[in-house]
Formats: sequence, C-alpha cells, structure tokens
Amino acid sequence: MATSPKLDAKIPGGQLAEKWTKFRSTVPLVNPANKRNIEIIVVGTGLAGASAAASLAEMGYKVKAFCFQDSPRRAHSIAAQGGVNAAKNYQNDGDSVYRLFYDTIKGGDYRAREANVHRLAEVSGSIIDQCVAQGVPFAREYGGLLSNRSFGGTQVQRTFYAAGQTGQQLLLGAYSALQRQVGLGNVQMFTRHEMMDVVMVEGKARGIIARDLISGKLERHFGHAVLLCTGGYGNVFYLSTNAMGSNVTAAWKAHKKGAFFGNPCYTQIHPTCIPVSGDHQSKLTLMSESLRNDGRIWVPKKQNDTRPANQIPEDERDYYLERRYPAFGNLVPRDIASRAAKERCDAGYGVGASKMAVYLDYAAAILRYGRAEANKRGIQNASEEDLKVMGKEVVKEKYGNLFDMYKQITGEDPYEVPMRIYPAVHYTMGGLWVDYNLMTTVPGLYALGEANFSDHGANRLGASALMQGLADGYFVIPYTIGSYLSGEIRTKAIPTDAPEFVAAEKAVQDTINQLMTIKGTKSVDYFHKKLGKIMWDKCGMARNEAGLKEAISEIQALRKEFWSDVRIPGDADEFNPELEKAGRVADFIELGELMCIDALNRNESCGGHFREEYQTEEGEAKRDDENYAYVAAWEYKGESQFELHKEELVYENIKIAQRSYK
Amino acid sequence: MEGNMNLTLKVWRQKNANTEGNFETYDVTGISEDMSFLEMFDVLNERLINDGKEPIAFDHDCREGICGMCSMYINGSPHGPKRGVTTCQLHMRSFQSGETITVEPWRASAFPVVKDLVVNRSSFDRIIAAGGFVSVNTGNAQDANALPIPKENADDAFAAAACIGCGACVAACKNASAMLFTSAKISQLSLLPQGQAERLIRAEKMVAQMDAEGFGACTNTGACEAECPKEISLENIARMNREYFGAVVSSKG
Repeated sequence: MATSPKLDAKIPGGQLAEKWTKFRSTVPLVNPANKRNIEIIVVGTGLAGASAAASLAEMGYKVKAFCFQDSPRRAHSIAAQGGVNAAKNYQNDGDSVYRLFYDTIKGGDYRAREANVHRLAEVSGSIIDQCVAQGVPFAREYGGLLSNRSFGGTQVQRTFYAAGQTGQQLLLGAYSALQRQVGLGNVQMFTRHEMMDVVMVEGKARGIIARDLISGKLERHFGHAVLLCTGGYGNVFYLSTNAMGSNVTAAWKAHKKGAFFGNPCYTQIHPTCIPVSGDHQSKLTLMSESLRNDGRIWVPKKQNDTRPANQIPEDERDYYLERRYPAFGNLVPRDIASRAAKERCDAGYGVGASKMAVYLDYAAAILRYGRAEANKRGIQNASEEDLKVMGKEVVKEKYGNLFDMYKQITGEDPYEVPMRIYPAVHYTMGGLWVDYNLMTTVPGLYALGEANFSDHGANRLGASALMQGLADGYFVIPYTIGSYLSGEIRTKAIPTDAPEFVAAEKAVQDTINQLMTIKGTKSVDYFHKKLGKIMWDKCGMARNEAGLKEAISEIQALRKEFWSDVRIPGDADEFNPELEKAGRVADFIELGELMCIDALNRNESCGGHFREEYQTEEGEAKRDDENYAYVAAWEYKGESQFELHKEELVYENIKIAQRSYK
Repeated sequence: MEGNMNLTLKVWRQKNANTEGNFETYDVTGISEDMSFLEMFDVLNERLINDGKEPIAFDHDCREGICGMCSMYINGSPHGPKRGVTTCQLHMRSFQSGETITVEPWRASAFPVVKDLVVNRSSFDRIIAAGGFVSVNTGNAQDANALPIPKENADDAFAAAACIGCGACVAACKNASAMLFTSAKISQLSLLPQGQAERLIRAEKMVAQMDAEGFGACTNTGACEAECPKEISLENIARMNREYFGAVVSSKG
C-alpha cells in the first residue's frame, strides 16, 4: 500500500524521540514585529481553542476568537469529568514518555500515527506544569503534592484530576488565560457567533463567514490562518454525552472546501453512562470512567433475573470484565468495556426496567475504604455499619459530584444501590485529516483537539482528550504554525470586500434563505432524531455490511425529506435557535452518510469500529493489518460523492500486535 | 404522551432587547416525572412548532449541570425550588401535576434580555478579563510538584473554583449584586501561592469592573448562597472584602 500523493504528513526525520525536539529547534520563526501584523482566527473556545488563542496572543499575534455559546467558558470541554493524563511518573510506578506513547498507540488499536502520539506524550508533563501555574486546583495529597488515579487501558497512575470536574477546572484555566489576553486587547472575542463557512483566496484559507446569532447578521472576518477547534461530531447520533450545541458544521464546511475528513467511522461509545429513560430524552449523561477505579461491574448470572441488586447473592453475580480480562479487570479500554456490556444485555442478562443496563457497584469499595479509614483513625472492631459510614465519606470526597448527579437524574441513591449504566456515544476519534503541523489539506487551515483525527487511532483512552486538546493549543500549534506563517509575512490583510468574501457570504445567505423558505411540516428535531436512530442502529457499537448499505440509502432519503419538509419558525434576521439547529442537522445528515461509507469501506474491526463480520472466536475485534493499516482520508467531490485517499501507517518503534488486556 | 403530569406554565415572552415583554400561559400535558425541566420545555416547543407558533427561546447546552448556560427563574427562584441544582438537572418529579409554574429570565440591568428567557451575561466575562487570572504565559511554568500546596488550601480553592458562572447569584439578589461570582474567583486565586503576586491589584480591578457593569451592592441577605447551584459559600465574599480593603489601604494611587 502506498500513501496517496495528496497526503503529505510532513513527519520530521530522525529517531522518534528526537523528532519533536529537532523540529522545534529548526522550525522557521516569525519575528515579533511581523507577528503584530499577522491575524489568526480561532473558531471554538474549548481546551484546544482557548489555549491556542491565549498562547498565540501571548506570542504577539493578533487573534480573533469565536464561540457559539454566550461565553467562551461554556465550551463543552467544561463537562469533562475524570482527568488528564501526563507522563510525570510522580507515583514512581514505572511511567515514562515511552509508556504513555505505547499505551496510547495500543489503546488506539494501532491506527494512530507514531510521531504525533510520541509528541503528545512528550509535552504531557508541561501541560500539568502550566495548569498548576495558572492556579488550577488539582486534587492533592496531605503532603501538598499532586494526587493521581488510574484510567482504563493503563497499569500506572498517571491521571491528574479535580474531583469529577477536571475539564471544568482546566477550561477555566485556559479561559482565564484567554480573558487576560482579551483584557489586554490582544484577542478580540466574538461570543454567540457561529462559523458558517471558510473563505478561500487563491487556494488558501483566508477567513471565515460568521453569523451573529443575536442579530442574525452575517459577518466577514479575515485571517492569515484559520484554526478550527470546534470539537467532535458525536451529536450525529442525536443522543450522546455531548452538549446540545456541539456540532460538525465548521469542520464539515471546511471539508466541503477541500479539507479531507479522516477516519469518520471511528466513534467512541463510552461504557458508563446513565441509561435512556424514555423518548423525551434529549441527551445522555456520562458517569466518569474514574468510577471504574473503585466500582465493580456485574450482571446476574441468571437471565432475566428480576430480583433487586442487593437480593442477588455474591455467587450469583457475574463480574464479567474481571472474568474475561483478569489483567485489566474493570479498567479495560472503553471500546472493550462497551462491547462487553452490550454482549451481556443482548444475551438477556441486562438489568433495570429496560433490561439495557448493567450494574456499577460501590458496595465493596465503600467497605474497603471504610476499613482503611478505621485503620487510619486507629478504630478497632468497627461495626460494618460504622465502616460503611466512614467508607461513604471517602467515596463522597472522591466522586461526590458524580453520585449526586446520578441521584438527581435517576431518583436512586448510588451510595445504597448499585448504579445502572449502559454505553453511550461520547467522543469521535475521526475528524479533519491533519499533518504533523496540525494543518489540514487546505493551506492555512488547521484543526486542533477533537476536531482533528490525529492522536487516538480507532479508540481513545480515558483522560487523553483533555491532554490532546491542551497539547495542541498550548504546546504544538505555537511552534508548528510558524512554518506556515513565516511564509506569509508579506501578505497584507485582505480587505473583506474582496470578491471571494462577497461570494462566500452570498452562498451562506442563499443557503439560509433556502432553509427559511421550505416552510414544511416537521421540526428540525424530528429529522435529528430520525438520523440518530439510523446511525445508532446501523453505524453504532456494532456494524455490518447489509446494515450500512441500508443506512446509506435511508440517510439519502432523509436528506431529501429534510430539504423539502423542514419547518423553521421565526425569521433569519433575529435570534433563532431553530435556524441554528437546522443548519447543524443539515451537515450532520451529510456527515452521517460519509461515516457509513467509511465504516463500509473498512473491512476489519478495530477499536471503536466493530464490524460483526470480523471478530475472533471470543468476540474480540479482529484487525486486518495487511490491508487496513491506513488512515482513510476522504475528499469531498460533490453530493454523496467522496474519494478515498490512504495514508499508510508505518510502525517503526512499536511491534504491531493483537491487542490483549487479558 | 409519555407521562401523566399536566401543568400550566406562565412564561415570559420578549421578542428582543428593544421590545416590551409579557407573560403567556401554556397548558402542558402528558409530562413524565423523569423528564428534566428543559425536556419539558422541549416538549412544549415541539408542540408550538407543530402548531405554527414560535418556540420559546431559552439558553441551555451541556444539560448536565456544569456549563452554566441554563438560566431560568422558576417560581421566584433561580434554577427552581431544589437546592444545589441547575435548571437542566431539575426534574419534573420535583413538581406536582396540576401546578402552575412561572418562568422568567434572570432580571438584572447588567444582564439584558436577548429574547424570551435568554439574557446576555458578557459582563461576567469582562470581570474575569479585568483580573481573574494568574499572569503566566504559556511555557513559563516550573515543575508542578515544585510547589507543594496544603491540601486544605487546595480544597478550599477548588470549592470556590467550582462556580459555573451561571448568574443565579445575581438573579437571586434583590440588589442584583455580583459579589458571590466575583469573590469566588478572587478567593480561589488568593488561597493559592500562584495568585499571590497579583493579589491586591486583582481584587481592586475586578471589583472596579463589577461596579462599572452596574451590578448592585451587597447587603448580606445571603440569597446568593442559598440559590447557588454549586453552593458557593458566602465566606468568599468576606474574603474578597478583606482582599479589597487590603488593596485599597495599600494602594499608592
């Protein structure tokens, strides 16, 4: 297999461990006087966007940042719970840059690019340093030093955390750095603005068309470079753990302007979410993976067992993850834990009213912590009741906000009865294809964080999304963007009355007009729910050829129906959430088709992509390294037309193997 | 129809910042007690759209109580009757079938109404931009464990940093004061060694910005703490006052 000539990953030469150091020391620079004249557009203000906008402004560039929320602090990174990985080895448990690199490649089922992942592991430690310096209040031990915990797919403790609100604290750190630059006048912030398209001038990205969501007015903004930090596309499934507003529109518009879309079928289904309770459900809520540190997952050994959890004796419980994967137990990676839950429920062992749930049980952990606490306090012969009280206090300190959230949503108290959990769509490993510099196939157009396809292969390990978002924004783009912008110092700001800007704005306006004049009979949500169901049933946790083919034709039919029968109330020149949703759902429909095409093309199972035709006798994912060790990068060729380009994945440092967590 | 709760809603409708608003009454039937308050609004909006009417605009995003976007003033309380939860985490089992529920936007001159229940909270961003940060450029940090911080201080800083910036404190306050919001950030950073260098100037600048935005004064009624979905403590306001007076006393200007 040869890599397509259209895909130059620009991976620096030399030994793996020296590539980034050498690159940083030799990448062309832009001098301070020139930086002042260079404008950069950053779309999205989550971890990747806020950290990039702040860091680039600190360096002296003129930055314009955009978010659709009412404040940059509300980007969906805020909701990340469990933690952020870094190869600090503070626990003296054998961690290293190499081990984090290795775990990430293996966790991704050998479908990520070695050089990018190694760089990610190299800069991980600096992220923790930077965040602590900003005043991010990570959890600490009594000695005052930072605390760590474990996440899935690793055997070390390298996850830094702030209760179950790590994403919030990291984002508020990046947000405060961003607001500091706003206050200094180095960043111009545009809240409640949505990017509607990329503006191309002579083959390069030179700006965006944005819609002011309050007035409905379209605006033209110039930039020497455009950074998309717009997150993932999990909401294509309608129900996911993503925020309601999370969308693919910016990335999809870029795709239609020439940016290839990488591995769109790689989606992460998170094993521990609160199960669906009814048709009214608008989103799903994650219960952090950190809960698998201490919680034990089980189902009854008997099918259709209707007894309450606490009436099922110990020897009639099947701790199926501990049984199937003794080496990693409850801490297997997410794709494996999700499939195992689905397997048990499909086989009739599920619990709860819907039978589509498994138990996540804290009873043993509460007792264990209670005993440790009794020892600490020198209490001997404590009763089981006393142990439980002390144990619950410890669990509350570690996971209190998660337990509260569970209780609030389900009406059940997880300190007393096991939680019911089921897998839900959570993250998308696929995204815009980028080279080592994080540049897409469009010159001057970059993608950072979840919006790119880069570092997680076919499955992301827990606590690695925060790491990647901040790595890209704080420590990668500030260097790599120099290799492009050093060639742009003679480019004067292009006036936004240039014909390219006028034409781009007109095209956006025409689409809005088209949407508003349909005046059909069905709401935007009707179409979104319908799309979500097709995707979940046929391109979800398990996929097969026949189902994917059906999904493609169903999606094509749904698109026609949408464009002839959607009803959008109100007007375009006002605050109109239904119009916003309509534009996003239109793009999700097109993306959904590409996801199915990609899933159909990949005749193997790997990570989050599980094709039922390709599994081992034990039901594990069966890769085909001979034919599919490549990144699938899709080029947009017109409606329902996509051309596949392959980037061969070359493993020079890791021996590619069947992934085993047994 | 998913459930058997029937409710009467009185909802504030306002086309935009420049028009007058008024209450409209809606009967909502077939509500399940497992729905969140916002999902009940989803049901109502879907019906309004199907009837050819304009849906009610409201802010929401993460729907898991952390982004701070949702902001409904329900029966006279920000985020409704339950303590310690945001509107998106408030479930219909907290209400009785047959109830009449009144829903308004946050009311404060520093939070102008955008449309219906949506307000503009950019004033909070400007308070943070005035000083709610540690001035440390990317790349300037020392090793994270080079600076041990007593667990108690770290925990207190975290408790203050848990603020989600929703503005319920302002909506709850009869003076529309933003003291709880501002003091939470000042407290977080003043409790940590990283925040010491800019401690005085931070308090001075953030308080000045808060005043410039038109937020009211604090008269210690404590409504903000009671209504805060993250239960941010009033102690932060006392701490901010100490920081602020310390700054004013030592100010050279």
